[in-house]
Amino acid sequence: MTIEELERKFQDRIDAEEKIEAKDWMPEEYRKTLIRQISQHAHSEVVGMLPEGNWVTRAPNLKRKAILLAKIQDEAGHGLYLYSAAETLGVERDSLIDDLHSGKAKYSSIFNYPAISWADMGAIGWLVDGAAIMNQVALCRTSYGPYARAMVRICKEESFHQRQGYDILLSLSRGNAAQKRMCQDAINRWWWPSLMMFGPNDAHSPHSAQSMKWKIKRVSNDELRQRFVDMTVPQCEILGMKLPDDKLKWNPERGHYDFGEIDWSEFNNVLKGNGPCNKERLADRLNAHLDGAWVREAAMAHSEKRARRTA
Amino acid sequence: MKNWPLFEIFIRSKNGLDHRHVGSLHAADAEMAIENARDVYTRRMEGVSIWVVESKNITASDPSEAEALFEPAMDKIYRHPTFYDLPDELKHM
Repeated sequence: MTIEELERKFQDRIDAEEKIEAKDWMPEEYRKTLIRQISQHAHSEVVGMLPEGNWVTRAPNLKRKAILLAKIQDEAGHGLYLYSAAETLGVERDSLIDDLHSGKAKYSSIFNYPAISWADMGAIGWLVDGAAIMNQVALCRTSYGPYARAMVRICKEESFHQRQGYDILLSLSRGNAAQKRMCQDAINRWWWPSLMMFGPNDAHSPHSAQSMKWKIKRVSNDELRQRFVDMTVPQCEILGMKLPDDKLKWNPERGHYDFGEIDWSEFNNVLKGNGPCNKERLADRLNAHLDGAWVREAAMAHSEKRARRTA
Repeated sequence: MKNWPLFEIFIRSKNGLDHRHVGSLHAADAEMAIENARDVYTRRMEGVSIWVVESKNITASDPSEAEALFEPAMDKIYRHPTFYDLPDELKHM
């Protein structure tokens, strides 16, 4: 078959909602797009542990600490599901991780903001994980089978993350004046970066059209962002807090909330590496990897020695 | 250093059900693969038994030959009970 025929057959399968599996023929660009997207997603899970690690030893009580640890452990697991899904496309895990460390591969810019108070653990769970879930639920129907299955598993676990975050803020919102201030402050800082997580407006999203055609992406950036705003506003009202946007208002004609314009210059600046924590995050990640090298080597040496003995 | 070998993980969610493929992970050896699979795939009581097998030991059919491999079953519809046209009076069979 010619490449055109193969591509047409491939698109027919996609249009018929058939899932593509690891060994199936696929266009090279489809494979590349998936590797880029899935590994970026995996890196985000892994780097996402860092802002939270900051609070494990300072959680206000043992229950909160145990919950935070469980959440961080989930994120390590999510990173692993995603790296495994990427590996089915024929890339080596090490090369993906090298790309993260060299700065060649990106991770979600949201993790380049600092988590400076305990309330940030709440706001991250509620808003950042909430935005991530919005995106991930849509990805459960993505056309590549291994990616879709990883997403299903992740979504099952993520809803606990969002609830635990909301629960932290709920406690603070019912606390004393200082706790309420802390809660509002965290929401003020995390709201706009959370909206940016959905990526550029549809008109400025370079890869979107092809990804939608291949059904890698199922719902557009702007639509997901709107769903997130619509879902979050009432949740914020229950907290008795305010979202930091004067233009936020219910629009009965559209049946959605209107909201203000995102500051894309900030988004692009963080993306370029100039966010508050870009250097720190990458350095922490790299150090963790280098510090663990002897463990990986020792485990391999041990297993080789045992294999020799039984041989 | 080389990647640790890749293992495919199969979990039995409860006795009476089959082991089912859940994903894969890298580990130095099979024993570590089981320990890691426990941590990664059964944090919420998803399993009572784990199988691990090194991915390189799995032989898979070729998707491009799927038609030749599976098509012969297509024209043998008499293998399905619904193929048989039986009298209405026959209530149970």
